[in-house]
Amino acid sequence: MCLGIPGRIVKIDDAAKRLATVDVGGVKRQVNIACVVDDAHPVEGCVGDWVLIHVGFAMSRIDEQEAAETLKILTELGEAQAEIEAIRLSAAEVGRAAS
Amino acid sequence: MKYIDEYRDRDKAAVLVKEIEALVADTPLAKERPINIMEVCGGHTHSIFRYGIEGMLPKEVELVHGPGCPVCVLPMGRVDDCVAIAERPDVIFTTFGDAMRVPGSKKSLMQAKADGADIRMVYSPMDALEIARKNPDREVVFFGLGFETTMPSTALTVLQAEREGITNFSVFCNHITIVPTLKAILESPDLNLDAFIGPGHVSMVIGTAPYEFIANFYKKPMVVSGFEPLDVLQSVWMVLKQIKEGRADIENQYARVVPDEGNKAALEAVEKVYELRDFFEWRGLGSIDHSGVKLREAYAHFDAERKFALPNLQVADPAACQCGAVLKGVIKPWRCPLFGTACTPETPLGALMVSSEGSCSAYYQYGGVKAQAGAA
Repeated sequence: MCLGIPGRIVKIDDAAKRLATVDVGGVKRQVNIACVVDDAHPVEGCVGDWVLIHVGFAMSRIDEQEAAETLKILTELGEAQAEIEAIRLSAAEVGRAAS
Repeated sequence: MKYIDEYRDRDKAAVLVKEIEALVADTPLAKERPINIMEVCGGHTHSIFRYGIEGMLPKEVELVHGPGCPVCVLPMGRVDDCVAIAERPDVIFTTFGDAMRVPGSKKSLMQAKADGADIRMVYSPMDALEIARKNPDREVVFFGLGFETTMPSTALTVLQAEREGITNFSVFCNHITIVPTLKAILESPDLNLDAFIGPGHVSMVIGTAPYEFIANFYKKPMVVSGFEPLDVLQSVWMVLKQIKEGRADIENQYARVVPDEGNKAALEAVEKVYELRDFFEWRGLGSIDHSGVKLREAYAHFDAERKFALPNLQVADPAACQCGAVLKGVIKPWRCPLFGTACTPETPLGALMVSSEGSCSAYYQYGGVKAQAGAA
């Protein structure tokens, strides 16, 4: 929850709502990019940027080399797998019918 | 690729450790007693144990594991409130997975789920909002948990729900704020700390300015740190350098992610949606003034505390639990009589045993190197 994981913005889904698709270690999901959009970084210009993602929100812009390296280390330690698994499981929960 | 290689280079770690040893040898204070450095953030605690950093440091340097694990400081009464909300037949209760096993006075969310409550682990508050969109006939409650790191994401989700006019979504807000808590620790009569390793991802949101009082008023150094092993080692080195030089400054080791001014958009969302509570209850630490936030009046219709009648009882921690003393760095986890016997990660009594970011769980899982050596 607090650790965060680097991912790359690959597509803007909804510029007004600040929603974009990110690639996190091969898994794609939608995140909110409101916190990394500013005058110097308009929404459309964010594609390709590496960001630090916490609970589905891009919270900080980091450079690509740094992100890849952190991801590599995290993957080696199995922690990225835990984050990616949480993303996958959550997708299943969203789709589940009310009990 | 020099900059990158530094982060994984074992040789570089060895060099840093040597630098740390040299600094310690040259610091008179270290000859009198151990230098106590608190890492505030549970993420750092996790890294320190995961990478065995304690074992790399000279014996004159003690790392004290602070209160920065939001799951660990959640009081039992709030867990009871969660269970009360979750067990309502009209509710789908959504939470980060970390909170599932935190013991309440009767049961955890995990047990409530087993008993039939519709409780779903989500990765993001956005997913909770999506569940609300898909289940318009159910009340969907998101368990808002965490320091300033996750506070903006809950706020932005509330703002999105407002824009869409979603009425079956609410937040049970348990977000907490780090600065009053640091103040409470610094004012604690049994304070035994020389310096702080500052939280990386909280600082990414709030910046470094809110910590200035620690250096100016309390004369304690702080270094905001990243989470890789070399980040933590470098931060320890920076802290020790300040101590040796007799300085107390707020420094930023994690500048690649933490801008000194923080994140403007995140802070605006936080300011818009929340206001400070008069006080908030922390497990092990008791009530701390202005240490939690709640939704502002303008967003009251998204506030689960107002939407549902809650028991809202204060429940005392188990009497034998020493979580408070551990959180303040007064005792080490294994000094607690319950550690590893009545209280284990499988059946936690105290909250510090619940999350992998809790110091008791970290000691239990990875073994405190100095504990095994029999140090106090």
